[in-house]
Amino acid sequence: MMAMFGETPLARKKLATQRRMKYLFGAMAASMVIPLLLIVGYLVVQAWPVLDWEFISQMPRKNLKEGGILSAILGTFYMVGISLAFSAPIGILAAVYLNEYARDNWFTRIVNLGVVNLAGVPSIVHALFGVGAIVFITGEPCILAASLTLGIMTMPVIIAATKQALAAVPMAFREACWNVGASRWQTLRTIVLPNSLSGILTGVILEVSRAAGETAPILFTGAVFYRKQLPHSIFDQSMALSYQLFSVATQAGQIPEERQFGTAVVLLALVLFMNGASISLRVYFRARKKW
Amino acid sequence: MARRGWFEGAVELLIRLCGLSAILFVFGIFFLVLGEGHDFLLHRLDFVEFFTSIEWRPTDTVKPTYGALALISGTAAVGIVAMGIAVPFSLGCAVFVSEFCAPRTREVLKVIIELLAAIPSVVWGFIGLTLTNSLIIKLTGEPVGLCALNAGVILALMSVPIIVSIAEDALKAVPDGYREAAEALGATKWQVVYKVLFPAARHGLLAAVLLGVGRVVGETMAVLMASGHSIRMPFDGQFPYVHPLSPVRTLTATIAAELGETPVGSDHYQALFVIGLLLFVITFAINLAADLIVKGIRAE
Repeated sequence: MMAMFGETPLARKKLATQRRMKYLFGAMAASMVIPLLLIVGYLVVQAWPVLDWEFISQMPRKNLKEGGILSAILGTFYMVGISLAFSAPIGILAAVYLNEYARDNWFTRIVNLGVVNLAGVPSIVHALFGVGAIVFITGEPCILAASLTLGIMTMPVIIAATKQALAAVPMAFREACWNVGASRWQTLRTIVLPNSLSGILTGVILEVSRAAGETAPILFTGAVFYRKQLPHSIFDQSMALSYQLFSVATQAGQIPEERQFGTAVVLLALVLFMNGASISLRVYFRARKKW
Repeated sequence: MARRGWFEGAVELLIRLCGLSAILFVFGIFFLVLGEGHDFLLHRLDFVEFFTSIEWRPTDTVKPTYGALALISGTAAVGIVAMGIAVPFSLGCAVFVSEFCAPRTREVLKVIIELLAAIPSVVWGFIGLTLTNSLIIKLTGEPVGLCALNAGVILALMSVPIIVSIAEDALKAVPDGYREAAEALGATKWQVVYKVLFPAARHGLLAAVLLGVGRVVGETMAVLMASGHSIRMPFDGQFPYVHPLSPVRTLTATIAAELGETPVGSDHYQALFVIGLLLFVITFAINLAADLIVKGIRAE
């Protein structure tokens, strides 16, 4: 386009600067790709000797020095499952309230502010909350306490995703429904929720991946380093992948290194898989969207 | 009809209650943390010592001291290193994603950034203990690579995704008319970015950086594992004032490391809750500021 005005020295200089900046920013963006690949590659290479079916399907033996990490994987599943059962319904309904019911007044603004700040509370403060709140549950650290702490911590993820999904349903859909005499709840149940289900689902999956990786909230509320048996009830303590990675990595020289890397790879694979699933679902549903 | 009215009333009530839950949790967290630490906070904590002394010796049997200055400085040093790396990279990345690259590349980059954000903090901490630790040892010749620099690099990588996504939103929110007007006057893309977009989106960019700072201040596991965990002042009066190769300990890491070993209700236990309260207040203020800035833009 600039050629139209002739290649004056000034135009050349401007274009050269533009090119340089484009490459600089491009390089910065590309340099975000490198750590991801580097980290995943490094962890997998280091963990390669222990990565086999036995590692993820066997119970641990001899204080984690031998055997697999099945009990930690199952522990993570228990905790994430219970936290989800608690936070998904509340989070989704909270988002429904904020997007469908709340009027734009000072009270709604405070509720929104609460959501924003809940997302910003440091994980270790959630852990303190969990420790302080345990007395109201059992008095002892247990799976239930850890799961509830995790649930409160990850709830903003689901609120944000659901709000976005609800907001994406065109207002005309609701208006059409109201015009044929449907009540607010009928509109919600038959029109708004079915049309935003895909977005809510991706939010739930995202929350699972967040909850699976969190460590600080379960540190003092229900995770243990080693347990011979699987937990019998939600009032038992349990092992968990994230906590296991932390404890084996910080216990100098006790656990063989490749087993530490193996734990890291399994945790990372679980989290990235869930995230990848959430992203692909989103892409899939967006492509099929009719409006 | 009457039954439906009753049912719908119940559903609406439930939805409204859930809507309140976020506030209840935030208040619950604040008051519970305050409640656990209030006795010590009000009666036995020496505020001057807390903010000016670097002597954090809560387990001393003769005279325990609770000086948190070194911990606050540790958090600050890690934050400065992290932001020094993350801010230029994230802004560059956001500009590239929103202004320079083709739609396909943009989608791919956004997915990669999202995956980067998904890596759990304990895995980042593990990377700090192993990969960046050995890199820093090799590059600097220090005997141990666990230091403010290590934690800073890790935190920079963790906060880049947040800053990029919010900064990109801020750039996108600038009306296309601004870009077109500038280009019609003969400005190149870079001049548009530098002279038009940055000034127009400055509030949103500031909010993005603030949220990154909030993440850095509150991050626990990664910092606990990568920072070296020794109570030392990373600042002194000599050039270059901040010493990134000094091992440090942050506020968050102190709670995570010590809470498990303190008797419930002891002064030490309560002191940790006071630190938690300080963290809550800091991150609350940062998030509030970022939120007000973003709201301010939308109102315009």
